[in-house]
Amino acid sequence: MSKDSETEPSPVNGWYELFSRGSRDWLRHSEKIREAVREHLPQIVAGSDIINHGARTVRVPVRMLEHYRFRLRDSGESEGVGQGKAKPGDVLGQGNPQSGPGQKGAGGKEDGGTELLLEFKVDEIIDWLWDDLKLPNLQPRVGPSEDSDWQREGWDRRGARSRLDRRRSFKESVKRRAKDASSPAFTDEDLRFRQLKRRRQPAMRAAVFFLLDVSGSMTERDRQVAKTFFFWVAAGLRRQYRSLDIVFVAHTTDAWEFNEEDFFKVAGSGGTVASTGFAKVREIMQSRFNPANCNVYLFYASDGDNAADDRIPARGELEAIAKVARYAGYIEISAAATRGSQSETFRLFQEIAATGLPSGQFSVAGADDVAAAVRHFFTAESQAGAQGAPPAGAPGVSP
Amino acid sequence: MKDGGWRSHVPKLEDLARRHGLDWAPVIFEAVPDSFMSEIAVYGLPVRMPHWSFGARYIYQLVQRHMGYSRLFEVVFPGNPGHAYLASSNGLADNILVTAHVLGHADFSNNNLLFRRCQDQGSEHIVEHAASHARQIERDIEAHGMNAVEQVLDAALSLEQYIDIDQVLRRERYPEYLPAAPQPTDDAFRARFAALDAAAVPAHPRKTRAPLPPHPERDLLWFIATYAPEMESWERDIFLAVREESFYFYPVYATQIMNEGWASYWHARLLREADFIPQAAYLDAIKCHSDVVRPIAAGEQVALNVNPYHLGFTLWEDIVKNSGVDAARQMMREDDDFSFLRNHLTRDIATEMGLFRFQRQQNGQVKVVAGDIEALQESLLMDKFNFGAPRVAVTEVRGDGTLVLQHDSQLDGRGLDADRARKVLAYVKRVWRRPVLLNTVDAASQPVVHSADSAAA
Repeated sequence: MSKDSETEPSPVNGWYELFSRGSRDWLRHSEKIREAVREHLPQIVAGSDIINHGARTVRVPVRMLEHYRFRLRDSGESEGVGQGKAKPGDVLGQGNPQSGPGQKGAGGKEDGGTELLLEFKVDEIIDWLWDDLKLPNLQPRVGPSEDSDWQREGWDRRGARSRLDRRRSFKESVKRRAKDASSPAFTDEDLRFRQLKRRRQPAMRAAVFFLLDVSGSMTERDRQVAKTFFFWVAAGLRRQYRSLDIVFVAHTTDAWEFNEEDFFKVAGSGGTVASTGFAKVREIMQSRFNPANCNVYLFYASDGDNAADDRIPARGELEAIAKVARYAGYIEISAAATRGSQSETFRLFQEIAATGLPSGQFSVAGADDVAAAVRHFFTAESQAGAQGAPPAGAPGVSP
Repeated sequence: MKDGGWRSHVPKLEDLARRHGLDWAPVIFEAVPDSFMSEIAVYGLPVRMPHWSFGARYIYQLVQRHMGYSRLFEVVFPGNPGHAYLASSNGLADNILVTAHVLGHADFSNNNLLFRRCQDQGSEHIVEHAASHARQIERDIEAHGMNAVEQVLDAALSLEQYIDIDQVLRRERYPEYLPAAPQPTDDAFRARFAALDAAAVPAHPRKTRAPLPPHPERDLLWFIATYAPEMESWERDIFLAVREESFYFYPVYATQIMNEGWASYWHARLLREADFIPQAAYLDAIKCHSDVVRPIAAGEQVALNVNPYHLGFTLWEDIVKNSGVDAARQMMREDDDFSFLRNHLTRDIATEMGLFRFQRQQNGQVKVVAGDIEALQESLLMDKFNFGAPRVAVTEVRGDGTLVLQHDSQLDGRGLDADRARKVLAYVKRVWRRPVLLNTVDAASQPVVHSADSAAA
């Protein structure tokens, strides 16, 4: 029996409150949606402002999954029986909006048309990506100078309440009572607290420079591709380094540092002088990041055009950066992917790489190739890292 | 307690009902939270197998409930003993009404022949059976993994409606061979032939294998569970579990109008005659009754659906008034919704109730159409045949194991939705493990064959 009415909160009683099969099956449904969404990751990633620490989640609208059954073809017409004051020939307005456009076959009595807004953790998406791309994890460079950090070490009878180790305390109690069965269940003597010690650790800092060419020839679409690429790179580096500084630099014939929000809105005009960008990066690097104890990365996105007379200065600046940085990568965004090898900047990076400095270049035509670019750079970088710096010590090793 | 001790009224109501000739198996009453009620509404049974599609419906139901669309007072499960779950948010008046209502349902399911038939097939304990199916499937998930079990459930539940209610629940395989043709005997030639050397006569008459299936088979769940070439036994068990639950659901589905009407008739009558109910509770209960059987939501002029409680209630009142309770009980035993509406929904009642037939056109416009009472009856019953599902039957298993399904597009009036059909075929193919084909017609009524992997048209 049912009727239309208001609902009211139900009183709690008995074991029925303890479990919910509906929620369990709902979780399974969400899991299946997540699997489905996972297949469309690149589109999601390209869509939102998630490079810096700002947003840690992305929202994706999805439709409820339909469990398919045989159903008759929708003829657009249907008949039924109603009740009330109506006589043959009456037109009862639009009826219900069920047959509107975009809701075709929404599932009759069922739930096909309902939209959900699912929230995904960015970290989760990154893990999926790394699994999908089968990317190697980077080997961070252990700097000569070291940070110190708190490490867990040993137990003591005194400590902060939040560090009470219940399992260990209970063991102590059991031991004591084994000796004297009549003693109380717990005494203050049984309590054990986890202790912290400050330990010196290898430096695990990193900074990445995203250098973007915003000259007149870079279109909105090109910047979007660059953004997607930068996001993936930042995500990949963040997997490895506990603290990652991101610096955004844009250049035309001059170069400026931006915050993330403005960075992708910048649209300059006029020509391209890459050396100004490199110079700016070097300047910031020297003033803020010491390459000796910080892993510095540079990624440069451009369409490849560079002023002809800038070749020598650009090469000089880039070489200076590549000598101290962990890696310098260049991604060329051009609709015609074939012209990559002929562009000024592409050749410049090729020459640098040929001298044995850790650098690389890759050419993409659109957002679809970004995944390939990320794979290219991370594979290359991890190889370069394997030859260069010694592998990082196990965390927590003290000198 | 909010319900104010309704249990003390149960024996008195039962006495009264017995005096009116109601006859039911014992019912166990239980008060449960609203969340549990909505789960029952979603799953159809208090404990049922897990599947993600129930999760989607559950959330939908939750949203509806939060928006105040509907509220459930009780759910009854037939059986011996029967189970009645009452929402713990019911007040005293609600619960008195609901108890009387439950007795009406229990009487119905204990006497109606369709219910009897399906219960005699072994579902007198459907609540317990469904729970044990659920438990078995949990064990399957542990043994074979979520994905493997889910694939089987995807297929079995998408064919949930495809049972043959005229067959028994525990069905035998088809005979493997055709019956031997009767041998003509007793003519002169045969006598001489028999007198020949015995070695020349084949010792055994050659048997002919029966075609599979021997006739179009609509019991798809049983057919696949029985004849799938490479199905694991636990997979077959899942198909048969779903089939058993569908056997239980069929009478519930096919007598909904009668059954709800019958229960509403008796709760109204018992309430009228129960002098032991406190005055205030009586008034509340009557108000609740009129909410339940009202034809149209408050504040509306016209509804584009018919409240089955109201329709059934009106018909039973009319029948009892004109023919007496005994005749009504006879109809209750023998009818289902099809015969009930066709026999008893007259032009007069339809006019009195303000029932009308409408057509919804392509542009969404709804138009009231004229028509005789038969057309109205058929419109009401249209969605009830075969659980409202299109008619699909197995017609052939080919030499290479290909399963051929045939949609009866002539009876259904048009072809199947191609996308969905292919998705269902994909589910089925994973358990049949051989190609699966489906014959139906396309938008232009031309024959078309779908398979799990045929490209979208």
